[in-house]
Amino acid sequence: MTVLAVTGLQKRFGGVRAVDDVTFSIVAGEILALIGPNGAGKSTCFNLINGQIAPDHGTIHLHGRDITGLAPRQIARLGVGRSFQIAAGFASMTVRQNLQTAFAAHHRQSWRFWHDAMGAHIAEAEALLARVGLVAQADRAAGVLAYGDLKRLDLAIALAGAPGLLLMDEPGAGMALAERGALMRLVQKLAREDGMAVLFTEHDMAAVFAIADRVVVLNRGKILASGDPASVRADPLVQARYLGAGR
Amino acid sequence: MSFFLTQTLTGLASASSLFLVAAGLTVIFGVTRVVNFAHGSLCMLGAFIGWSILTRLPRDPAWFALGVLATAAATALIGAALEIGLLRRIYRAPELFQLLATFGVVLVLADATLWLWGPNDLPLPRPPWLRQFVMIAGSRFPLFDLVLIAIGPLVLGGLLLVFHRTRWGVLVRAATQDRDMVAALGVDQRLLFTSVFALGAGLAGLGGVLALPAGSANLQIDLAVITEAFVIVVVGGLGSIGGAYLAAVLIGVLQAFGVVVLPGATLVLVFVVMAVVLVVRPYGLLGRDRGQSRTDAEAVILQRPAGPWQITAAGIGLALFLAAPLLVGPFGMAIATEMLVAMLFAASLHVMMGPGGMPSFGHAAWFGIGAYGAALLAQNLATPMPLALAGAPILAGLAAFAVGAFIVRLSGVYLAMLTLAFAQIVWAVAVQFVGLTGGDNGVLGVWPADPRGFYYVALALCVGGVLVLRRIMFSPFGFALRAGRDAPARAAASGIDMTAHRLAAFTLSGAAAGLAGAIFTYSKGSAFPTYISVSHSVDALIMVLLGGIGSLAGPIIGAIAYTGLFDLLLASDFWRARLGAVIIALVLFFPAGLAGWAERRR
Ligand SMILES: Nc1ncnc2c1ncn2[C@@H]1O[C@H](COP(=O)(O)OP(=O)(O)O)[C@@H](O)[C@H]1O
Ligand SMILES: [Mg+2]
Repeated sequence: MTVLAVTGLQKRFGGVRAVDDVTFSIVAGEILALIGPNGAGKSTCFNLINGQIAPDHGTIHLHGRDITGLAPRQIARLGVGRSFQIAAGFASMTVRQNLQTAFAAHHRQSWRFWHDAMGAHIAEAEALLARVGLVAQADRAAGVLAYGDLKRLDLAIALAGAPGLLLMDEPGAGMALAERGALMRLVQKLAREDGMAVLFTEHDMAAVFAIADRVVVLNRGKILASGDPASVRADPLVQARYLGAGR
Repeated sequence: MSFFLTQTLTGLASASSLFLVAAGLTVIFGVTRVVNFAHGSLCMLGAFIGWSILTRLPRDPAWFALGVLATAAATALIGAALEIGLLRRIYRAPELFQLLATFGVVLVLADATLWLWGPNDLPLPRPPWLRQFVMIAGSRFPLFDLVLIAIGPLVLGGLLLVFHRTRWGVLVRAATQDRDMVAALGVDQRLLFTSVFALGAGLAGLGGVLALPAGSANLQIDLAVITEAFVIVVVGGLGSIGGAYLAAVLIGVLQAFGVVVLPGATLVLVFVVMAVVLVVRPYGLLGRDRGQSRTDAEAVILQRPAGPWQITAAGIGLALFLAAPLLVGPFGMAIATEMLVAMLFAASLHVMMGPGGMPSFGHAAWFGIGAYGAALLAQNLATPMPLALAGAPILAGLAAFAVGAFIVRLSGVYLAMLTLAFAQIVWAVAVQFVGLTGGDNGVLGVWPADPRGFYYVALALCVGGVLVLRRIMFSPFGFALRAGRDAPARAAASGIDMTAHRLAAFTLSGAAAGLAGAIFTYSKGSAFPTYISVSHSVDALIMVLLGGIGSLAGPIIGAIAYTGLFDLLLASDFWRARLGAVIIALVLFFPAGLAGWAERRR
């Protein structure tokens, strides 16, 4: 079952073709890695898919429905979660409150004026904190977290929305190798067990080839190659342009 | 035909002086990113200094021109001194503190001008050449207006030439684009900033002195001019000189026609134009999105609910207020009531500025709408007090909703300027619609049936109001609001509708301020335009910033401290200068507020 279908996507910034005629799709439970050098247009792809910016051309379909041009919050409500390359938490709240806020938003409770926010979704928040390994940080302010923890929190906030499609922009940045591996396995488990579709970028090629079902290689906005990890890795063009460059 | 022509020309003439002031403001903002509240004061100084110079010179055009240039040079020097003495120290402070510090300068300069030139309006004696008319399409048109009309485009052209053809101008433009890059070029930034500020101040002075023949040097110029200049700069686009000229022409001409077609409604007309422009082009006619302003992203510290010692302190405070009628006399009771009202007023502003992330320089608007709403309901419709007290926050909330719908999307500086502009409009309505509001005399005789018992009504409503706000700020709504402030993109990606939350907070805050206003009206027995004045808006700001914006305890402590402080200051001459000095000192030495300072010391 196709979750996301992106067709002929194009976005220019002035003279730069950040994303140029990109087409791909993801089915439920599939993990697709989007790789490419810095400036290839990966983050721009994410921003287009979650509605943060509007494409110049092309369409984005979610579960067969055209979502091109919808606002980020509308797309979020259709079950698209994302994490950010530059992770951001809600700095004036504790880590636990970050998740309580995210759960409240997911359960459409952001318009409750009289309930006690800090007394709600505690168990859900604790469970998610445990999954991403943030239990020890639960009562700390999000504004003072180490970067790796902030990336984890950012991902946890996205997961609180129980997304059918998860977009992760360099989730492992700022983490130790073992931590990154654990995080990737968690995402893989969610994909396998809950059928969550995942689109992610990552500079750590070991992590990419460990969990990706399929890989799309982007270069200067264009798709250079795509396919299963083994064939992409073997692709001479990819070897020359990207993987060969010392990674 | 001749009507259209003469009104257009009149509008263009007033556009020129508007433009001069606004151009200075916009140039200063472009480079230093400081919204200079004292810009109207520099314009006022230009008028007074110009008066002193021109009345001592021979009265012919050549000497006049020389005097005008000397005035501009003098205000430029004052501007340079201001930049070196104060602004240079606060470039890194949050925008709101910069605005507040320059408002401190407004207060100090207002009293300095009063002290130097006295309280009277000083009209410029007009020699024959200034009184000459020319015949245009069959009607008489002042010659000097034609001169003004020419000066606007001339200055615009001159500025564009300087900015595009000189090395200094190119550096200024580069600094407007990217400050750090200029620093990297090895340019002396301090000199650049000082000279830009001097140029802006000189333009303000020029605008002030050129408006002299058609008016007078008077003490109202500062706030009147800054409001108009804010509107023009926002409509034109912050930092855009061409935009400022377009906007000045648009508003000048509109006012010229408005005065004839819809007298009394010109201010409302200006606001409508502004609203329309901002809906179509949120960053002004020629403005661009400069990204999130710094205030939106900074000063976020962990917000905790009150701890044990805070609750104890609040309990003791509440007990003191409950026992106040037994402890103090009538004067003390008046101050206690004022403190209660100030608490609710400051807490309502805190909701907007703190969790809402929307700085407001015109919070007195909602207070005033509540105050007048209750007073007029009681006077004209013989509404009983409970209904009037309930109606006031509804009116203020509706007004806040209507205004907020246009402006909550905008970021820091724009919000601060537009809330101020709206408050000035409400103020002008209160002063001008004499038939309804009694003008400067206010609405009198709005007393509660039982004045002694009213203290407890005020106590219950103010404390209850603060507690309701507190509860809402710790509800899922309050957290979602804060999430949108802390990380807008993150919140949106989690499905939070930030704009709607901000609008709701804006409305809630306006309603609470309206309730504070209504209570104040009943405690004083009257409603006056001063309730809506800029300085009342600034009172609320100082209370919030004095206490620290990080928690609701801040504005409460701030309200009590400030009300006490203010009564001490008010008991003397030149209280504005003292208050201004206090504000400036506060910004320089306690940028996190008293509560924040205490927090850091613990
Ligand atoms: N908001 C923007 N404005 C202008 N250019 C942008 C913007 N976002 C991205 N770009 C440009 O688009 C290209 C792709 O950027 P990005 O999508 O961030 O790449 P990646 O995430 O693959 O490193 C780059 O050249 C970048 O400079
Ligand atoms: Mg990127």
